[in-house]
Amino acid sequence: MSYEKSMVTSQAPASESGMVSFADYNFPDEHGHFGRFGGRFVAETLTHALEELDRVYRSLLKDPGFQREFDRDLAEYVGRPSPLYFAERMTRELGGARIYLKREDLNHTGAHKVNNTIGQALLAKHMGKRRIIAETGAGQHGVASATVAARLGMECVVYMGAEDVERQSLNVYRMKLLGARVVPVTSGSRTLKDAMNEAMRDWVTNVDDTHYIIGTVAGPHPYPALVRDFQSVIGRETRTQCMAIEGRLPDVLVACVGGGSNALGLFHPFIRDENVRMVGVEAGGDGLATGRHAAPLCAGVPGVLHGNRTYLMEDDDGQIIATHSISAGLDYPGVGPEHAFLKDLGRAEYTAVTDEDALRAFHHLTRTEGIMPALETSHAIAWVMEHAPGMDREQIIVVNLSGRGDKDILTVARHDGIEL
Amino acid sequence: MSRLATRFAERRDSGSSTLVTYLVAGDPAPSVTVAAMKALASAGVDVIELGIPFSDPEAEGPDIQAGCERALAHRVRLRDVLDMVATFRQSDTRTAVVLMGYLNSVEAMGSERFAEAASEAGVDGVILVNLPPEEAGPLRSALQQRGIDLVFLLAPTTTDARAKRVLEQASGFVYYVSLKGTTGAGNLDVDSVRERVASLRSMTPLPIAVGFGIRDGASARRVAQFADGVVVGSVLVRGMGELAATPEAIPAAVEALARELREAMDAA
Repeated sequence: MSYEKSMVTSQAPASESGMVSFADYNFPDEHGHFGRFGGRFVAETLTHALEELDRVYRSLLKDPGFQREFDRDLAEYVGRPSPLYFAERMTRELGGARIYLKREDLNHTGAHKVNNTIGQALLAKHMGKRRIIAETGAGQHGVASATVAARLGMECVVYMGAEDVERQSLNVYRMKLLGARVVPVTSGSRTLKDAMNEAMRDWVTNVDDTHYIIGTVAGPHPYPALVRDFQSVIGRETRTQCMAIEGRLPDVLVACVGGGSNALGLFHPFIRDENVRMVGVEAGGDGLATGRHAAPLCAGVPGVLHGNRTYLMEDDDGQIIATHSISAGLDYPGVGPEHAFLKDLGRAEYTAVTDEDALRAFHHLTRTEGIMPALETSHAIAWVMEHAPGMDREQIIVVNLSGRGDKDILTVARHDGIEL
Repeated sequence: MSRLATRFAERRDSGSSTLVTYLVAGDPAPSVTVAAMKALASAGVDVIELGIPFSDPEAEGPDIQAGCERALAHRVRLRDVLDMVATFRQSDTRTAVVLMGYLNSVEAMGSERFAEAASEAGVDGVILVNLPPEEAGPLRSALQQRGIDLVFLLAPTTTDARAKRVLEQASGFVYYVSLKGTTGAGNLDVDSVRERVASLRSMTPLPIAVGFGIRDGASARRVAQFADGVVVGSVLVRGMGELAATPEAIPAAVEALARELREAMDAA
């Protein structure tokens, strides 16, 4: 985990983006800044809890027992390492770069989200909290939170936008089966951002006995660093696996970006390898030109929301505007501050894929590889379908197959005009 | 002495406490706001906190969330909020006005431009719920240059060590958040607030106002016994929302509520 290093050896590079080379990359600084992004913009009541979380996390990082516990849970409960799978037929059909899928969909609960909830549940346990709250969009993080809460015998409340409750009914029922209380949020745009507001309100009220498991690399410091560190197991495994299979590092890493935790989990262990190209794919919705999308890195401006400064979708008065994506998990007007930083540094590139192209990718991967991706993940697959054919056959693309698509079957059927 | 400092000093000298009331600018309609401000002032309100409506008011309870949504339905912008203050100032140079909201509204305008416009409009102070002192530097100096106070909040969870650091940056007054929760919550514990306010007094010469969870004359009176200022918001915003269909009735209604609070506090 790199957070410990970045906290302890805070000499190297200044918080400005004036790095000489990415070999020096070591962020955030001790205030949670990634250059001009990140930080801790919260109501005063929460400051103490965040300082406490930061302190406990830093001390546990130095605790071999904690690390062993985390690794054992990832191995025995989540089922890691997840395979790095060569998608041979897809590679042949597209006729370009060799395509590998990092199979996070095979994790327990069906997505990468559980890597983080396992880690944060251990933190909560060490801090003596007995209650877990979480926000969720697609429901994957809610399910992953409800799962770890069930396992540890903790109370769990999941906030979910009322609109998402409707379009992700299967996951809502899964959370209830796991013993969580799902609270539909009817304020604002009734989606993920409003669920996050409501979770913050719960936390401010119950901060003594409650740990808030933020599901992505956003929020106030130390969440962006902490979630990234827990998710970085994806990139570390990919590195080892790619070296074992291909004898070298990949040429391109691709992942979808909503808040950006699966992407950063894959990217982060490669940031210092400047020859590895990193592509984050945002939700283009109906197309960037229509304004109906969820692509703050492609079409947003810097602002402050949910505890951090990052790229946001907002109007010229600073009001956060409604986003649109066919995938509930990407339907968020902000993005993790480290992505904002990597974009400004030019270290990662960000692009957007429309609902239509994501759906086409969903069908393509299902038919060519027998793997049904989540609609979120389908955005990354769509990028590969467009770009792999133009690449050299010796080149290697690794896509983070961040989640499985079972939860999206009703949405896909409806879109295809099929009544189930 | 600034208008804010004067309003606190006067009440303290007369053995009473400063009444601070909150409303959302443009709620339930932009035409109501200045009239409501005047009505509050005439009932003995010393400081008006004017809320800048924001799409994601994460520290607010349901009443003020609804107030923000009603104002935003009229597309009330920060520029409009400042115009309301300027209009109010045409007839009232006595009541202090503090803008309260979230950082993103100010950042969208730009710190310098905002400070300039706020100063021209006659704003006395600014409270940004999600701007901690650690991140406040540039805005604080832009406001300070124009004699506008950036007011910080302290909470029950704030450690003494941190309170000292915050108080070094504080000006105008100190806003003590009386409970762990959102605005308008129902779990106010007056005795623990009294204790904490007493302890904060030893750390700062600034007046200390207490807010969150004060909803009627009785709770205002109890808090006024030890605090320099009493902040009332949610109950007022809820009342304004209930009268959204008959906005002409709002000034008289808020005046009556403010008068009840004022009388209760003066009896403290």
